Amino acid sequence: MREDYPREELMMSGHLACQGCGGSAAMRHVLKAMGPDTICVIPACCWTIISGMYPYNTLKVPILHTAFETSGAALSGIKAALDAKGDTKTKVMAFAGDGGTFDIGLQSLSGAAERNEDVIYFCYDNEAYMNTGIQRSGATPDKAWTTTTPEKHPKRGPKKNMVQILAGHKVPYVATANVAFPEDLIAKVNKAKQIYGTKFIHILSPCPPGWRINSEQSIEIARLATYTKVFPVYEVYNGEEYHINIEPKEIPVIEYLKLQGRFRHLTEEDVKEIQNRVDYEWRILLHKAMDERFRH
Amino acid sequence: MKKVLMGNHAASWAAMLSRVKVISAYPITPQTHIVEELSEMCADGRLDAKFLKVESEHSAMAAVVAASSTGVRTFTASSANGLALMHEMLHWAAGARLPIVMVNVNRAMAPGWNIWSDQTDSLSQRDTGWIQIYVENNQEVLDTVIMGYRIAEQVKLPVMVCYDAFFLSHTYEPVDIPDQDLVDKFLPPYEPDIFLTPEDPRSFNALVMPDVYMEIRWKIQRAMDQVYDVAAATGREFEGIFGRSYDLIETVDCDDAETVLVTTSSTTSPARVIVREMREQGQKIGLLKIRHFRPFPSKQVADVLRGKKKAVVVDRNISFGKGGIWADEIRGACSIEDDMPQIYGYITGLGGRDITPELLREIVDDAQAKEKPDSLLYWKGLKP
Repeated sequence: MREDYPREELMMSGHLACQGCGGSAAMRHVLKAMGPDTICVIPACCWTIISGMYPYNTLKVPILHTAFETSGAALSGIKAALDAKGDTKTKVMAFAGDGGTFDIGLQSLSGAAERNEDVIYFCYDNEAYMNTGIQRSGATPDKAWTTTTPEKHPKRGPKKNMVQILAGHKVPYVATANVAFPEDLIAKVNKAKQIYGTKFIHILSPCPPGWRINSEQSIEIARLATYTKVFPVYEVYNGEEYHINIEPKEIPVIEYLKLQGRFRHLTEEDVKEIQNRVDYEWRILLHKAMDERFRH
Repeated sequence: MKKVLMGNHAASWAAMLSRVKVISAYPITPQTHIVEELSEMCADGRLDAKFLKVESEHSAMAAVVAASSTGVRTFTASSANGLALMHEMLHWAAGARLPIVMVNVNRAMAPGWNIWSDQTDSLSQRDTGWIQIYVENNQEVLDTVIMGYRIAEQVKLPVMVCYDAFFLSHTYEPVDIPDQDLVDKFLPPYEPDIFLTPEDPRSFNALVMPDVYMEIRWKIQRAMDQVYDVAAATGREFEGIFGRSYDLIETVDCDDAETVLVTTSSTTSPARVIVREMREQGQKIGLLKIRHFRPFPSKQVADVLRGKKKAVVVDRNISFGKGGIWADEIRGACSIEDDMPQIYGYITGLGGRDITPELLREIVDDAQAKEKPDSLLYWKGLKP
């Protein structure tokens, strides 16, 4: 174990996650970096279940379970109350799924970001409504199978770009992260803790039942998502400065797609189309990050 | 100190005097003056509170739920469509047993767009677990918001103070503003036993199975049952300090009355006029003003109505497919009592149409002319 990987465990055994759940690994890493002086908001999502049913709590930090679409508002309310009490020590974080972030919770998140509330919002993205049984969300990738996008009529259109949406709010810090790269994730949480304002960290978190993968493949596939450039890991400061944190490899997207049952219906033409879009978006990202490098 | 205040500013003053710590709100006519004034109070330092100017009423309620869960006194206000948007979070506030106080300025629901007075907005939040109080004048607005915190914090349920759009919200009346010292004496700082803190890491509002959910609901009903005594005692205590008394209901000339006119909110004021007039003309009429909608003062209402011939209920609201909501509540309250009067329910004044003393007189005359009710609802003031 590396020296800089925090030893303290704030997420205990006895949680109710599925085997290989990316979302539970993400919480464990995030809390290690957040530390015990944290209040955690959880909207309706897998973590509503994972954290344990009354009267149990698998976390060693307090949780406010809140309605599906309210994470941004709940964060703001807790932060305002702490400010009113003069508590400057306690950090406030939300841990929300992609449905609660990309779709139903987008408005309250946007409100909190626009007000630049001093909070950290984590989205653990498993690319569909997994808790209700794998229905498509705004985070579901193009052409993927879900229970509401059957193979004969798969998801059409690209995944919503939440990083761009948050960057458009000009908040001080937006980043993507991946459960396959915990040191990078922890470093980002530590960085976010030092910055005043709204911080948004988008964590790719595989879901074995939803992605139709074996639980032991979860981290391997997450790693491939970044190496194939499907899910680049990068940061945006103040909505302007882009930094790519993990260098991808020259691996075609088929190596990522072919391991997942949710993509088993893809034709060669489909894969080519996905590859083209990934390449195109990577060039755009590179351009943004290069601009930054050229400027200095 | 006496000031001439609109109803909305009476609400703002009450929130300030109650030393709220977090306010979260979103603009909607006719409520907006409340939060505009509170913004001024926060900005100029008269009120030491955090004011979250959120992006919707849903978020306004979600934010005060979260702030209240963190252990501070909170306030918000809304109307009509804004209140309807909060609906999910109204359940959340009561289910989480949070003593939030909000003001709802009763405004008609769209469509068509109508900003004027109508109670259907808050009455249709009936089953959310909020204590609901309907008030008659601007003094009662101020007093009831302050008393609302006292009641809410004792029984751990939220309180909604409701009053009529424009008839109160935008109408100026003299209001006695109590001294801060006296309010502090009446309303001590809010110090809950349990709140969100890393020192005591609990999971709030967690998943509950059928084996405990029902008992949690039973406890909410038990808390509602406590409100009858708590609200009455709070009203008496308030009178002891401020000299104005309040109860769940108020009666005028009911003792020997044969007919009782039943009103709520600002409709009570013109009703006072015609009851006085009819008394002077020798008629045995009384007035019952009901303040609490939840918990509904069933026993108090039945005690007033026992032995009377007719109860005439005025509803500025409608539950489509049934009738006036207050009339229906009263029928329910009377259903397990003996010697109850005939109940006549009149729908009138919807969407801000005036309810004048003349109109109320017409309603009473109409009910008195009938041998018995032949319908659960009558309309008055409808254009032909």
